[in-house]
Order: sequence, then structure tokens, then C-alpha cells
Amino acid sequence: MTCPVTIRIQEDDFDIAREIAVLTRSRTDIGAVVSFSGICRADDDSAKVAALTLEHYPGMAEEEIRRHADEAVSRWPLNGITVIHRVGRFMPGQNIVLVLTASQHRQAAFQAAEFLMDYLKTSAPFWKKEESATGTGWVEAHARDDEAAARWTKS
Amino acid sequence: MKVKYFAWVRERVGKAEETIEPPATVRTVEELIAWLSGRSEAYAYAFEKPKVIRAAIDHAHVKSDAAIAGAREIAFFPPMTGG
Repeated sequence: MTCPVTIRIQEDDFDIAREIAVLTRSRTDIGAVVSFSGICRADDDSAKVAALTLEHYPGMAEEEIRRHADEAVSRWPLNGITVIHRVGRFMPGQNIVLVLTASQHRQAAFQAAEFLMDYLKTSAPFWKKEESATGTGWVEAHARDDEAAARWTKS
Repeated sequence: MKVKYFAWVRERVGKAEETIEPPATVRTVEELIAWLSGRSEAYAYAFEKPKVIRAAIDHAHVKSDAAIAGAREIAFFPPMTGG
């Protein structure tokens, strides 16, 4: 089974429909595509977020996502993966991240998309800085994200 | 070796990257953090909670006891918050 993996880190927005079309183009073996989009949210735990700035570690970010995409391919019968992570400054409502997973059946696609997102949040080198009425500050990592990623290593 | 800093570690150190030559007695990531912390107040502030700091050698995550011998690029950064 061939599983093309596309990983992009870019400032530009992405078009979900176009990315799905690219992933499934001239394939007849794909029966399920799961898409997850992460969007800049205005309401955080305390203050209203005016903007988010995403910083990344060029080189390592792509490699780290690639390592987890390869692991997903070895764990589930996948027919394609696309991961796009944007960097730069974002307003509430704007796209930040896209994960697409394609498979013959939905279960593998759902699980692989969750797996990839859980690891994107905890081990891909990206950092968010938040601007709100009360000031500017780096977003703190959540223990719940570490717990979400840890469940994939349990037997 | 080249050292890179990201997010608030970069802001506190005051630079994104530099080339350093630590003495041979500095063998691990942990020891490098301690050595860097002794360079100035800015470094001491960046590394004031060494347990919070994450490190990568040549683009791969490492633990604080990892050996730095042969590393081309070492990066220090806070826990990641992407996605």
C-alpha cells in the first residue's frame, strides 16, 4: 500500500477542500478521509485573545512531524497523510493547522488523525504567543495534552 | 557547536543563536545549561528553572543527561504549544 506523506510549514492559508482533492486524486483505494483543522480561538481560559503568533524551529519541526507520520504509517493501514502547520501572526477565526489522514476504512483514519494531532501539540517544536487586552505572553503547555499523547504509548 | 534558542528562552537570552565552545568538562545537556547559566544574568534568567527547559540535539529531542559530544546543533526551548 502506498502512503504519500506531505508535510508543509507555511505562512499562507490552506484550502481544506483542495488539500483533500490532492490527497485523493487518481486513487480508488481510499474509502475514508479524516480532516482536522485547528483554528485560532478568541476565548482562552481567562482573557479574550486578540492575536496569536506561532514560532517554530525550522528543520526540526518538519523532521519531528515526519517521524510521527512514519510511525502512524507503521501503526495503521493508511493511504495518505497531509500535515500543514502555519506560522506567523493569526487573528481569531484563522486556520492554524491541518491534518488529513486517508485510509480504506474510517477507523484507521480517525485514530491516525488523533495520534498525529496529539504529538503535534506535545513534541513538534512550535510555540504560541498570545496577545490580549491584558498584555502579551507565551502560552503555557497543558498537562492534558501530555496525557493525550501518552495514551498512544500504553499497551 | 551552534546553539539555538526559541520562544521565551530566546527572548530571555537575547539572541536566537550563537556558536559556543564550552570546556571539555561540560559533557551533558544538564552541564551545558549550568555552564551557560554562569555566563550572565540573562542566561541565568533563561535557565532559572532547568527542569522546564527542553533540549534537542541535531533536531531530535534529548533528555538532560544526554551527551553533547559530537553535536552540531543544540537547541533549548520551553515545552511546545503548537497544533
